[in-house]
Amino acid sequence: MAALERPFPPGTYDVVVVGSGPGGLQSAYCLGRVAISRYAVLSRDDSPGGMFRRFPVFERLISWTKPRAPFERDTREYEWYDHNSLLGDEPAHRGLVPSFMDRTFDLPAREEMEAGLRSYVDRAGIVIRYGCVLESVARDGDELVLSTSDGEYRCRAAIFALGVTEPWRPELKGVDLARHYADTGRAADYDGKSVVIIGKRNSGFEVAQGLLPWARQITLVSPRPVQTAVLALSALRVRYLHPYDEYVRGGSGTYVLDAAIDRIERADGGLRVHAEGTTWEGKVELEADEVIVATGFRTPLEPLADLDVATVADGRIPAQTPFWESVSAPGIYFAGNATQGSPGMSKHGGSASSSSVNGFRYNARVLVDHLARTHFGIEPQRQRVALADVVPFLLAELARAPELWIQKGYLARVLTLNGNGSVDEGIQPLAHFVDSAGPVGVAAAVEVAADGAIVPVVYLRQNGRVEEHALPVHPLREFNGPEQGAALEAVLRPLLR
Amino acid sequence: MPSETRTVAQSLAQLTLFSDLTQPQLEEVAHTVGEEMFAEGQRVLRQGMTGGGFFIIVDGAAQVVIAGEERVRLGRGDFFGEIAALTGGPPTADVVAITLLRCLTVPGPELEAFLLDHPRVMFRMLQAEARRLETANLWLR
Repeated sequence: MAALERPFPPGTYDVVVVGSGPGGLQSAYCLGRVAISRYAVLSRDDSPGGMFRRFPVFERLISWTKPRAPFERDTREYEWYDHNSLLGDEPAHRGLVPSFMDRTFDLPAREEMEAGLRSYVDRAGIVIRYGCVLESVARDGDELVLSTSDGEYRCRAAIFALGVTEPWRPELKGVDLARHYADTGRAADYDGKSVVIIGKRNSGFEVAQGLLPWARQITLVSPRPVQTAVLALSALRVRYLHPYDEYVRGGSGTYVLDAAIDRIERADGGLRVHAEGTTWEGKVELEADEVIVATGFRTPLEPLADLDVATVADGRIPAQTPFWESVSAPGIYFAGNATQGSPGMSKHGGSASSSSVNGFRYNARVLVDHLARTHFGIEPQRQRVALADVVPFLLAELARAPELWIQKGYLARVLTLNGNGSVDEGIQPLAHFVDSAGPVGVAAAVEVAADGAIVPVVYLRQNGRVEEHALPVHPLREFNGPEQGAALEAVLRPLLR
Repeated sequence: MPSETRTVAQSLAQLTLFSDLTQPQLEEVAHTVGEEMFAEGQRVLRQGMTGGGFFIIVDGAAQVVIAGEERVRLGRGDFFGEIAALTGGPPTADVVAITLLRCLTVPGPELEAFLLDHPRVMFRMLQAEARRLETANLWLR
């Protein structure tokens, strides 16, 4: 019997995607639907799913999927209610995660998420070369050369969907005595133990919550105070605030401490953590049977070491332009969780949802359109919008577009206008529209204002200037009402005559 | 600069603005501020647009541009965006990266709480503003 032939043999391609987590899968799906015919998708894994093949440790996601919603699962509008499924152009590829949920929670379990991603690959016919390990990337003239365990791939642009899944440990004396969150193991192994958890963000609180029924004592420690106002609105709140609640109310056995760690050492058959207060004066020694560093993850950028890819957040995340290209290494693009390294305009400190599937699935789609246009001269098909329809079109987007509602203040619906009519330029990074000279146009975005209110905003670009106009809000967030219509009409009047 | 290995805390320790802080305090600030990098030519602060943040340059250079005209250049240790963040108005100038630029950032709405939590940083900032006023007065004479 002939051996099954593996797809995408080494050779020359237009674009190479590396990774088979949700970021890689979304990129591959979109590449398959633009006119870039020569592309390859490589993964070191042996099945799709990326981080969801292993994480989260305690098996429950923190991003919601509503199995029932006012819209059918195969519609674009449903994406707003389903923050975990990948995007499909065809109805049969949409909203796949909820069909695997047992509906104990409106947050899928890890294996339900993994099953949803596997079914996306099957239904959409996404082809991946598995077991192909990226070793290094170099430049040869205009080409990128990707050396892999299977041989050399050459391409003009590459999309790295490598995840943010490499355990990151701070530089700390004795840090090797601690386990990383990724190696937490079974909760039952902590029965009766005293546990110090370094880190007070998602993974720190997730571990603390998971160990509450088992550990004798839990102390969470890190330099920065818990940001209750931020946490109250974060995805973390959905499940993991219990340990903090116990501490604040003076419950015994759970402590949350603001201190910088000086060192971890062996002591009396266990471990001792030396720390110094940051928001209070003094030092403290914490005795522990186990220390877990829940300090997060980083993107594994080692294969890109020769390309000088600039990073932020203590080297954890590649720094990117509004179109997710490395700020220092042209032609190197990112997809997936790493796209949090392209923060956008961050108006009023608002952040995009690029570190979770709900947000980065849109980034990948916008990126593939951008690559097709800028590297291969492929203009996407654009719909014309009659001048009389511009206001209702934008209002409908402001009211319902999942891209705008999930990537708030980050992605925008863009129309260009001229005397004869208007062209729908699709979804674009807001920072790109605002900062680039271009034809007369309007961008519509949903944003979070300084006071936390969700506001519809339009940006008008003409004569090389961009003006910002906030439209009226609505208590039920019906941004397609008569009041918004009148305000938008007034803003656009000079252009629609 | 791209293969930068300094941590945020190490970057902070080299800036005048944070020179009065102890090591644990620096680590707390390092967990509070954000870090952003901009490609050459990218806009960092936008004239007339609401919602900008406060930025401190760690590496690289930027230009302050008003109505398309360069007014001044900024480099390591310089900061900008605080006037708009403190007064609640939109910035009166663009700031554009003229090299690869690395900044530490505090979102505008968080600047007040940040300064109140770190009074020694607030004092250093006030000192820098006083020097700017002094220079401006010399020009006016």
